Amino acid sequence: MQVTLKIRRFNPEKDKEPWWGEYKFEAEPTDRLLDALNHVKWYVDGTLTYRRSCAHGVCGSDAMLINGQNGLACKLLLKNLGSKITVEPMRGFRVIKDLLVDMEAFFDKYRRMKPYFITHSPVPEKERLQSVEERQRFDDTTKCILCGACTTSCPSFWANPDYVGPAAIVNAHRFVFDSRDEGKDERLSVLALNEGVWRCRTIFNCVEACPRGINVTRAIGEIKKALLLRKI
Amino acid sequence: MLQRYDALVVGAGGAGLMAALQLSKQGHVAVLSKLYPTRSHTGAAQGGIGAALGNMEEDHWEWHMFDTIKGSDYLADQDAVEILCREAIETVYDLEHWGLPFSRTPEGKIAQRPFGGHTREFGKAPVRRSCYAADRTGHMILQTMYQQCIKDDVQFYNEYHVIDLLVEQGRCAGVVAICLETGEIHTFQAKAVIFATGGFGRIFRVTSNAHALTGDGMSVVLRRGIPLEDIEFFQFHPTGIYKMGILLSEAARGEGAILRNRNGERFMERYAPSLLDLAPRDMVSRAIYREIQEGRGINGANYVHLDFTHLGRDVLDKKLPDITDFVRTYMGIEPAKELVPVQPTAHYAMGGIPTDNDGRVVIDDKNTPVPGLYAAGEAACVSVHGGNRLGTNSLVDILVFGRRSGRHAADFIKKNEFVPLGANPEERAREMVQRLTTNNGKERAGDVRGTLQDEMMEKASVFRDAKTLSAMREKLHEIRDRYNHVKVEDRGTKYNTELLEVIELGSLIDVAQVLVESALARQESRGAHFREDFPKRDDPNWLKHTLAYLGPKGIEFKYKPVKITKFEPKERKY
Repeated sequence: MQVTLKIRRFNPEKDKEPWWGEYKFEAEPTDRLLDALNHVKWYVDGTLTYRRSCAHGVCGSDAMLINGQNGLACKLLLKNLGSKITVEPMRGFRVIKDLLVDMEAFFDKYRRMKPYFITHSPVPEKERLQSVEERQRFDDTTKCILCGACTTSCPSFWANPDYVGPAAIVNAHRFVFDSRDEGKDERLSVLALNEGVWRCRTIFNCVEACPRGINVTRAIGEIKKALLLRKI
Repeated sequence: MLQRYDALVVGAGGAGLMAALQLSKQGHVAVLSKLYPTRSHTGAAQGGIGAALGNMEEDHWEWHMFDTIKGSDYLADQDAVEILCREAIETVYDLEHWGLPFSRTPEGKIAQRPFGGHTREFGKAPVRRSCYAADRTGHMILQTMYQQCIKDDVQFYNEYHVIDLLVEQGRCAGVVAICLETGEIHTFQAKAVIFATGGFGRIFRVTSNAHALTGDGMSVVLRRGIPLEDIEFFQFHPTGIYKMGILLSEAARGEGAILRNRNGERFMERYAPSLLDLAPRDMVSRAIYREIQEGRGINGANYVHLDFTHLGRDVLDKKLPDITDFVRTYMGIEPAKELVPVQPTAHYAMGGIPTDNDGRVVIDDKNTPVPGLYAAGEAACVSVHGGNRLGTNSLVDILVFGRRSGRHAADFIKKNEFVPLGANPEERAREMVQRLTTNNGKERAGDVRGTLQDEMMEKASVFRDAKTLSAMREKLHEIRDRYNHVKVEDRGTKYNTELLEVIELGSLIDVAQVLVESALARQESRGAHFREDFPKRDDPNWLKHTLAYLGPKGIEFKYKPVKITKFEPKERKY
């Protein structure tokens, strides 16, 4: 198929303002958008800049705004995107170069959730026991690959960049609802702060954006509920 | 720019992070990674980590040891395999204690499932040994290890690409890296450096490996006179998505999926009558190639089918959710109802930077170490995988030997001083970057890399012979010549990912050259190395490890003996 990529370009060493680059070429309908970006970089314009690694939707490097919606370039096929495809960097993060954005603040917020197992009870010789149902309770949020697609689709985050954002909350949820973890209070206290979970206005953009199919808004709702129950 | 650390870890996958955790409280330590740590390819591992926990049925580390050695076609060093299989058990419990969300048995224990080549009672029947978290075990391991690094406040230099190793008076003195954000060259002086830089599957066209897996660490040490071990042994995983190479875990067959040819026949019955589809990967990949060669590929093309249709949606959704999603997303196929086209995909380097059982890099047939230099994970060759790795053992390897190298290095940095740096430590790195960014040749890196990948796939993959390998040797001369004329269009300094790709291509060519020369030299068939002109294993002449050096006139060889402790080499049948 003939495809036209319209890519938002910005080179900090050359450009004062971002501009649109258009690239027209033949591609297979089953090619990933990432394959098309690679085509431009490898055969048309070597300066095109973006992150990528695994190329099958598990490493989280290549989240971007594609035809107005966040997604992973390696998980969307050209045949499902149409012959004219618009590609821009994720919104709300500082653009460094072309599609490559500054992820530092995003990871800082993730770290604020204390995203590691916290226990005070003695470590058993073998594994801690956990029922199949207890394990299932937080299965959805274990899938997060920290790509940023949810956070940068969130109007509350756009309005207030200090909001920790859905990705950080998802990663807190993964521990708060793990029956083995004993750090619930520490995490909920962070989430109860001004920039925490109450900034969510249940707009559901994050659910549509998540390339891992995580029901992000439900997870945020469960955290809100846990906070309310804690107060009672 | 000069920084000083007691120890540095290069690479932030499972091996690097495990090593960093051992070191972080023992001195001034940092991790350098060309990616954000959570992007590392450990996260793509699917089916599980092997350990004889015996949660589902009787199991023993000795059985695991036997399977690993037999799977290796007797090329693995048996003392190292014993360590691997013994320490696998405590390692899996450690992961659980760090919160890794394993799938569970009805009693609440860590769930386990069958995997290729893993058996009970020394080969009698498949055993459930693979500890799993659905089919995203690697993702959970990478996340858990990174989480622990956050907890321990490990220092990271993200998006720093190491391009040179500093060796002074035969001792490791540090590394030189390029910061991708600024393009600046940094010298990191260190008493100890651990290379955990992963594999190089991107030398082949069809691969399960990430774009980032370009053999960087191996190439960097090779250029500094350190050998690479057993690089001719490269594993093709039997079930990659047709054309794309995306991995469909062996857990699929562990859960009951079946390989079928164009006649619908379960052809593994003819190749491995007792283990069938769960035979080791080298055998299954060869069986698929044979079926295709003999005209039984689907529609006569170069693929076969993986049949999930009898498993039911529940097994697919609960136990294999990610690969089910891959099949739906990339092929538009519903695996519960339709057959899935698969072909072998370049997956794993059994060879690598030679190390001893503590991760110390050793440079000759007498196992002489380079003080302060370590390697772990796929970048290293201990050797626990020999000629062919069993499924689940890569995750065991990265954690067991990541830990051992980290612990040894932690001790080393307390007992040793910094090695003084030479007069101009950045000279070679600067010269290389300068050369690549000012070259006005006519070649594009994309074209050169494409040629390399296509030619390697055709001439040096599952089946090889003197003719194809010699032709590949010639091609590599041509490819290297073209590489010297590659032009980098991006002349900027900030995030010059084009320059990075060209540096990576240089690494790929180095490692491909070692692979081809080592494969030409080894005149036998063993594990994943299959020579059509020498189709039998030849223990009297070739039960030994290859050590390949980059000499002034090309690749030079030494060989070192295989350590055999418990299991005498036997013919390998399944």
